[in-house]
Amino acid sequence: MSTMTFGRAINTGLRRAMEHDSKVVLIGEDIGKLGGVFRITDELQKDFGAHRVIDAPLAESAILGTAVGMAYRGYRPVCEIQFDGFIYPAFNQIVSQVAKLHYRTQGRVKMPLTIRVPFGGGIGAAEHHSESPEAYFMHTSGLRVISVSNPQDAFAMIQQAIACDDPVLFFEPKRRYHVKGEVDEEVDLGSFSLEQARVEIAGEDVTLVAYGALVQVAKDAALAAREEGISVEVIDLRSLSPLDFATLEASVRKTGRLVITHEAAMTGGLGAEVAASITERCFYHLEHAPVRVTGFDIPYPPAKMEHHHLPDLDRMLDGVDRVLGRTNSLSGLEGN
Amino acid sequence: MRSVSGENLVQLLTPEGTRVAGPYGEWVADIDGARLQGLYEDMVVVRRVDQEATALQRQGELALWPPLLGQEAAQIGSGRALRKDDFVFSSYRENGVAYCRGADYTDMIRVWRGNAPSGWNPYEINMATPQVIIGAQTLHATGYAMATKLDGADAVAVAYFGDGATSQGDVNEAMVFAASFQAPVVFFCQNNQWAISEPVTLQSQRDIADRAPGFGIPSVRVDGNDVLACMAVTREALERARSGGGPSFIEAVTYRMGPHTTADDPTRYRDPNELEDWKGRDPIDRLAKLLEAEGLLTGDVTDRVNAKADEVAAQLRHGCVTLPEPGDLDVFNNVYTTPHSVLERQRDHYSRYLASFEAAGGGTR
Ligand SMILES: Cc1ncc(C[n+]2csc(CCOP(=O)(O)OP(=O)(O)O)c2C)c(N)n1
Ligand SMILES: [Mg+2]
Repeated sequence: MSTMTFGRAINTGLRRAMEHDSKVVLIGEDIGKLGGVFRITDELQKDFGAHRVIDAPLAESAILGTAVGMAYRGYRPVCEIQFDGFIYPAFNQIVSQVAKLHYRTQGRVKMPLTIRVPFGGGIGAAEHHSESPEAYFMHTSGLRVISVSNPQDAFAMIQQAIACDDPVLFFEPKRRYHVKGEVDEEVDLGSFSLEQARVEIAGEDVTLVAYGALVQVAKDAALAAREEGISVEVIDLRSLSPLDFATLEASVRKTGRLVITHEAAMTGGLGAEVAASITERCFYHLEHAPVRVTGFDIPYPPAKMEHHHLPDLDRMLDGVDRVLGRTNSLSGLEGN
Repeated sequence: MRSVSGENLVQLLTPEGTRVAGPYGEWVADIDGARLQGLYEDMVVVRRVDQEATALQRQGELALWPPLLGQEAAQIGSGRALRKDDFVFSSYRENGVAYCRGADYTDMIRVWRGNAPSGWNPYEINMATPQVIIGAQTLHATGYAMATKLDGADAVAVAYFGDGATSQGDVNEAMVFAASFQAPVVFFCQNNQWAISEPVTLQSQRDIADRAPGFGIPSVRVDGNDVLACMAVTREALERARSGGGPSFIEAVTYRMGPHTTADDPTRYRDPNELEDWKGRDPIDRLAKLLEAEGLLTGDVTDRVNAKADEVAAQLRHGCVTLPEPGDLDVFNNVYTTPHSVLERQRDHYSRYLASFEAAGGGTR
């Protein structure tokens, strides 16, 4: 066991993957000498060479497009998108090529790309630096979508993502990069599936589903609720595509109440998918309609306003009150 | 091969401060002593704005600031060549251009303080709000120019962008459209040698200006630290656009003397000798040398310029620290032009949520 930051855990995971497989190459903007703007690739170019840790010219579409070509030739590119909001120039390559090539070639061509994306807000950043674009990719068939919330998962799952023959979007909650945690570097990687959610805190009354940076907030909310005599079960999704419905269903069958939280906008978001699917699967176990506690349907706001937009402990507890039928901010409002 | 000096570089003011003649000289023949003093004042003031904003960031008053240090001549020379009805589309670093357009100082820092999605009204100063998505604004400038042409107007659109931006598809596509439609647009690339940690050699194996002719766009490389040369080549390009000659491309060869932004640490990737080298080509120093040699930098002049810089810096600071905090429900403003039922519902719910704390006697749980 060693203690390391979330960022260092990914760095260590990348290093392991590169040692393990010479076909793993990293490509992205400023990832070489600088080690990336978040230093996630710190020292890797020095140790593995500029041919394996490639500083890309400033063009995201080209980063993804050339990664496709490298994958055609048997490489396993790990693309770094500098910030969430800069993935859109690459969107075309990801959606039209990366996601579809295995299907289009009837399984003959594999696209084992990993696309690393620092995502989410809470760091007081400028426009385009705090976004949560994960729903676009969940909506795209052919992609797997992961979001890790702690150093141990980050260390193990980045390696699993790279080893996976499918393309994986790997969303890293940037506001957690500096948070430290225990990492067992000898852990059995096989025990980290790319499809499994994890129950972080067991509870009886309400299921609270989160991922990325909001997992910690949800855990804090569960502790606060406990003081009020409410038992909240917190689930870290870890995989956004596919969703781990076995874990979600088991929890909701027990609690009968579901709250989903994410930073991304509400409409067409992950919460909508979880709520609809769980309603289909567990309708007779539900005591209340699922509740979503999410960012608003707005462009990500300026730094001094982001605390309104980001779900926090109080908003999550208000959601818990709503799903429990306790007094809440919308009490008395019909059809809330 | 790329170079930062040499024969193909338009220069009208040497690093030693000597004004030299050349084919471009006639474009700035009207720049007499008083105009030179004006350009000097502009450059000193925008450097001062930059220093003040950097200080405000260090003091925690701004979240971030992208310095223009070293790029004053490129921005003032080109910015002062523009007509009021020309329209600028820039990146985040063109505060010197914004100054020329008449931007309010407080408007320059609203975004960096995190108070608002943007500063000024684009239509008031004919300059779009700064673009953060690298290269996107070059297409906007091209489209604006196409519209200007449709209108039969003789205003010109000017796109400012960096050396790194030239790798983006958007910038290359903008050149295709500009050439195909002979749009009255000027592509003004400030090659400051770096895109965060990446040297320009990663973006281009030739001088950046060499690309434009392949698109059918005439181009010129100019000493970006020479305010007169920058003004001259911009005037030429504007005149070409106004008279129906279509787009032009300018590569202003300059240097980012500061960090990429206040969040950046260039010592991780840059040889300090390089900076020393470029300090010898400082854009303000060389104009000062010319003024001195011509007896135009008297104590009166420097006093006046410094007083102006002090005043602007004080206004910037005052505007910054007195900016009112945004309102609780401001996040919902301006997403749509007319009320959007789903968002209105979210606004209503959130205001009820905030009110529920008041009802509970304030505070959170
Ligand atoms: C599409 C996109 N990708 C990445 C970034 C992150 N980024 C911000 S500035 C920058 C470098 C820009 O370099 P250059 O075009 O030379 O302009 P300069 O900053 O030197 O003025 C990068 C990579 C971004 N803002 N937009
Ligand atoms: Mg640059």
